[in-house]
Amino acid sequence: MSRLKPREEYEKTYAFRFFRWLSGSKDPYVGEVEMQAQQETALPEETLITRMREAEMIRDKVYDKELNKAARIFHKVYIAMAILFCFALVGVLLFTVSYLPPNGDAGNPVNNVVSERYIEQGLQETGALNIVSGMILTYRAFDTFGETNVLFIATCCVMIMLMADDAILRKQAVRNDRRFEPKNDAILQGTAFILCPIIFIFGIYIILNGHLSPGGGFSGGAIMGAGLILYVSAFGFKKTQRFFNEHIYKIAKITALCMYGLIGTYFYMTGANGIENHIPLGIPGHILSSGIILPINVCVGLEVACTMYAFYALFRRGGL
Amino acid sequence: MDIIRNFPCISIMLCLFAGIVSSGLRDKAAMWVNTLLLTVNIALSICTLLYMLLIGEPFVYVMGKFPAPWGNEIRAGILEALLALFFCVIMLLSLFGGRHKLLEEVEEGKTYLYYVLSDLLLSSLLALIYTNDMFTAYVFVEINTISACGLIMIRQNGRTIEAAVRYMIMSLLGSGLLLLGLCMLYDLTGHLLMSNMKESVALLAASGNYGIPLVVSIVMMSVGLCIKSALFPFHAWLPDAYGYSTVSSAAILSALVSKGYIFLLIKIIYRVIGFNIYHDTRIIDILFVFGLMGMIFGSLSAIRENDVRRMVAFSSVAQIGYIYMGFGMGTQEGMTASIFHILSHAATKSLLFIAAIGLTDVSGGSRKFIELTGSGYRNKWAGIAFTVGSLSMVGVPLFSGFISKLLFSQAAVLNHTKMLPALIVLGISTILNAIYFMKTVIRIYTPLNHCAYTSVTFKDISAYAMVLVAFIVLNVILGISSQPVVDMIRQGLATFA
Repeated sequence: MSRLKPREEYEKTYAFRFFRWLSGSKDPYVGEVEMQAQQETALPEETLITRMREAEMIRDKVYDKELNKAARIFHKVYIAMAILFCFALVGVLLFTVSYLPPNGDAGNPVNNVVSERYIEQGLQETGALNIVSGMILTYRAFDTFGETNVLFIATCCVMIMLMADDAILRKQAVRNDRRFEPKNDAILQGTAFILCPIIFIFGIYIILNGHLSPGGGFSGGAIMGAGLILYVSAFGFKKTQRFFNEHIYKIAKITALCMYGLIGTYFYMTGANGIENHIPLGIPGHILSSGIILPINVCVGLEVACTMYAFYALFRRGGL
Repeated sequence: MDIIRNFPCISIMLCLFAGIVSSGLRDKAAMWVNTLLLTVNIALSICTLLYMLLIGEPFVYVMGKFPAPWGNEIRAGILEALLALFFCVIMLLSLFGGRHKLLEEVEEGKTYLYYVLSDLLLSSLLALIYTNDMFTAYVFVEINTISACGLIMIRQNGRTIEAAVRYMIMSLLGSGLLLLGLCMLYDLTGHLLMSNMKESVALLAASGNYGIPLVVSIVMMSVGLCIKSALFPFHAWLPDAYGYSTVSSAAILSALVSKGYIFLLIKIIYRVIGFNIYHDTRIIDILFVFGLMGMIFGSLSAIRENDVRRMVAFSSVAQIGYIYMGFGMGTQEGMTASIFHILSHAATKSLLFIAAIGLTDVSGGSRKFIELTGSGYRNKWAGIAFTVGSLSMVGVPLFSGFISKLLFSQAAVLNHTKMLPALIVLGISTILNAIYFMKTVIRIYTPLNHCAYTSVTFKDISAYAMVLVAFIVLNVILGISSQPVVDMIRQGLATFA
């Protein structure tokens, strides 16, 4: 049971003192304190701006190497440490390499069943005379699809960075052509006139013979891309756009990658589920042989050529 | 029934196809393709997860006609299916939540590239989760790195480009170290398939041949992945990249990209090196120490920060530290706790980023704390969501953060040598977390004295509010019914090796 004490009597108890101290209205040293809510400090606008400006100036001075001796020393120590760290890393790597299996030794762990099958049965299983093509496009087709997508996504990133609007492009076109390129250079145009067809045909040859001889989609595509770049630097963008503009670029790129993806998916799914796939291997050595390698090589070649040209065009003038 | 075995492969290929096709579409169409893709992927992952729970043991799927050491192969288990499902859900919610900011901040006519990048990012995450081959993993790490750079810099202002360059340099350093380590390991084992590598590594470790290159290659792969996932001393790229990029990117990067690399490290530990050999190299102790340091220093940097987005970003450093601390325990319990924390941090951190953008929007676009005063009243949905996220990060019961802290402390108690430092640092880090998150919560609920505020209505921000509600529900589900998830993780880890 409880009983209410009168006010005076209650004020003498310890409980009252304790709660008064707890609520902060009585400080043991200062005495009675009046409690107030905390106020936001409001400064006039001008002083705020001057203070911010001063703070920035002080910060600039603190980080200025000319004025601050400590920062100068830190900078030097930082560089020295970075160099030391690089040398340490080089040392560790060299030390490690000396413990690796000797190069070219027959007993190395690398010479195992995996490479044995690639070399000995590659021809029968993939139908490709070029073992490397057989390996990257049949045995490990999924990795190569990923690798082709790396190129695709790299162009996307460059497009984010450098792609400009058509209006801006047209405005800058004349000036940039003067500044960066020898316009209508007779020697360049003459050389390009002779070389470009040869380069294109060579590129196509390398792509189509990717399964028979050294080469393939990546190298052939790079050659074709180089041919396009030579053409565009000799004759300018206007003439190139008659046969290779942004629209055609998009169609070529998407078709190539989608074809590769579809062929790949068909190959993975039939292989994994044990269904017979209907792509004939053909007779090794013939141009129409080796199953999925030839169409994939064509797709990869298109994509690589597009990527090479797109990089050049985007860096050169910010549009295709 | 066995048709479900095709689903992991189908979901990876669908992502790649969606990315390729989107590059020829307009902005709106690309957005719908992306949404459709994520929805389909969620459905496929649910099917895979249910199938995995039914048959109980993992299966391998040969990508093509040729069996494993010659051809490519992917492998699906309970853990993989769970993570894939979770990543797809988080990505869908993050993209929906940041859509209005994306339209504001990205140049018109380039938005479709954002969806191309996010489709390919999802494909690389799924491939990292499902792959059973180290070289496939490396190829998709490349795709992941480049698309993450694109996601950062698509908002074109000076700071994001600087952040993207910094991210690219650090990330390429990480990829380079991973590739070097991988090459050395290939030289020693002669295989790229994870299970074959593990056998060869076990033989090498037993015979003692090539001891030094083995350790160096393990160290290089671990350090490379630590750099890419922003473990404490390598976190310099993180605050700018998360703080200034558009909000969906920040949420995706913090919740998914770094987690993809961490999961690859888990794969390397369990499926390439073998848990015991990895444990014996003592690298695990270094991870433990850096994890502990990250937990404290990440939180201290967050306390000093005066910008709410950067504060949330620094908090990621601390949370990555938790995950590596769990690795460093060197026990199954620690690993279980880490994987649960991957899920819980992904759910919470993306919620925090997306809620923070709602708060800054109603504060005149400023991220300074002083401007955020009372913003919890101006945008009630974002205020509640930020509070829930903060409570979860601090580790209040009912929310997912509590469960992961509980699992970490249980793991610490079971480990005799590392119990004391782990528990002490967990305690300190919890207090530091509380300091900066509660400071923010109090700040956003401090009423402004003079002016009347106008709060945004549900109609204005319906999609955004729905996303926040979904995130809160996800958090509470992880917090309340954590046992099934933890059981799945345990079961998955048991069949992982």
